Amino acid sequence: MNIIVCIKQVPDTADIKLDGATKKLLREGIKGMINPFDMYAIEEGLRLKDKLGGKVTALTMGPSGAESALREAIALGCDEAVLLCDPAFAGSDTLATSYVLSCAIKKIKDYDIILCGKQALDGDTAHVGPGIAGHLDISQIVNVRKIQDIKEGSVSAQRMTEYGYDVLESQLPCLLTVVKDINVPRLPSLKGKMKAKSATISVWKAADIAAEEARIGLKGSATEVLKVTTPPARPQGKIFEGEGAVDGLVEALKGLMK
Amino acid sequence: MSTIAEYKGVWVLGEHRGGAIQPVTYELLGKARELADKLGVQVSCLLLGAGVKIQAQELIHRGADKVYVVDDPKIEHVLEEPYARIICDLIRKHRPEILLFAATSLCRSLASRVAVGLNVGLTGDCIGLDINPEDRCLLMTKPALGGTCMTTIVSRSHRPQMATVRPKAMKEAVCDGQRKGVVEILELQESFFISRAKVLEVVDETASTVNIMDANVIVSGGRAMAKAENFKMLEELAKVLNGAVGASRAAVDEGWIAYSHQVGQTGKTVCPKIYIACGISGQIQHLVGMQSSDTIIAINKDASAPIFKVANYGIVGDVFEVVPLLIKRFQ
Repeated sequence: MNIIVCIKQVPDTADIKLDGATKKLLREGIKGMINPFDMYAIEEGLRLKDKLGGKVTALTMGPSGAESALREAIALGCDEAVLLCDPAFAGSDTLATSYVLSCAIKKIKDYDIILCGKQALDGDTAHVGPGIAGHLDISQIVNVRKIQDIKEGSVSAQRMTEYGYDVLESQLPCLLTVVKDINVPRLPSLKGKMKAKSATISVWKAADIAAEEARIGLKGSATEVLKVTTPPARPQGKIFEGEGAVDGLVEALKGLMK
Repeated sequence: MSTIAEYKGVWVLGEHRGGAIQPVTYELLGKARELADKLGVQVSCLLLGAGVKIQAQELIHRGADKVYVVDDPKIEHVLEEPYARIICDLIRKHRPEILLFAATSLCRSLASRVAVGLNVGLTGDCIGLDINPEDRCLLMTKPALGGTCMTTIVSRSHRPQMATVRPKAMKEAVCDGQRKGVVEILELQESFFISRAKVLEVVDETASTVNIMDANVIVSGGRAMAKAENFKMLEELAKVLNGAVGASRAAVDEGWIAYSHQVGQTGKTVCPKIYIACGISGQIQHLVGMQSSDTIIAINKDASAPIFKVANYGIVGDVFEVVPLLIKRFQ
């Protein structure tokens, strides 16, 4: 079973900044972490490997600093790691990003399952996973809360919906995006941490993955950010105190529910 | 290659559940009508599913000029592969300039696959849509970084301009029984329906829980609820307020309530009219999932809890005293 886990390094939630002029996320120099949903994707990949054997490859696109996210993935148990890093990738929207990742996956070639987190907490789009499946023309199951079974070239899994869940069966290869309910991620072992320190991370540029210039970076992006505004801070709230506190809140609630 | 000027019209994918049109479809139609009137073009609605064609007239009453229906048992459930194939084919034939989907979990996935198929851009989870009168471009506004900022996005050089729209962000189109329009029932070749995935079972859990994404009022519990039994109190309050129960990650991780109720960074992003946080301290990971709510009410023992910084109203007090009183007052 060859598994590819696509991860993204995101700014730590508490530490988010935008470039005033370009309105792009400032990624360099900010403390990064693996996108929380991607931690569940890594864990699920490792569990599948533990059960079925095979190999887990962690894949990310990002600046050189994203290498630390891949080392963390290796510390957790991933066997190989690939960083897609090229100035030409900068400014990619979800269309271009999913294209770049799909080019790398085509180069890796031998895979049965691709795992992604449900969405990244910075962009919040949930577009890249399904986008990769589209570029590769393979099947997809999103918002997976449980992989039920894998056998004879097929996978069955539960996808969360607004109303409960659906049980799906798909041919392999298949791309799955996962939610938090699927597992509890492990912590890196000491041995894993040692391994991560000395591991070789492959770094691929656009030319290495035969990505067409017109389809990557700003040039390959179909959307552009026109402006970014910060919503006004919420006004100081009213705190009800003492004897009549509940009465005060009840009145306020009644007013709101009219 | 056709030029941008050849793309005309606003399209909406109708969202339904087992053939019942979902309110978000009417919200999409309301916005689509407004955009189309500004552009001087028509609104079309695409309806895919099994047993859905009887709904076509309703979509016309809600603002569609034309409804395209693919009604086939093979696409009873949303499967991205055949759905995307059918939608891409229709878009290539009819060339609308705008294509809108609901930002529900499956439609977000489907929209992304369609966008890649058409090699166009996609803006996810929009809460505002407008037309720039100068260049007729669609201005798509969405919250980013967990609602910390709003971004307005355009797609100048690609058509159609695609967006998914957050449920309850737009006003529903009113029903006008006099409106006339055209319904086209499409018969497609078998090859359109091929799918490498299939749905084996659909499990409905709404009998036991209300979908927090749909709720106007959410009563949410955190670590201070202390145990699973105490969530009964929140269920009761939610019931009398006609709302749903949410939870912080801490409460879900303790096993007091199912993950489908979790609000925040690794759960759901919600924006109800009223969000009542009971015994939730308000860490940033929780705030990003609910700070766009219209009104936030906090009940917490700790006056210095960060939740009070975003709350419109608050009570510094014990949830186990305050919540029962609130239930009594709203019964």
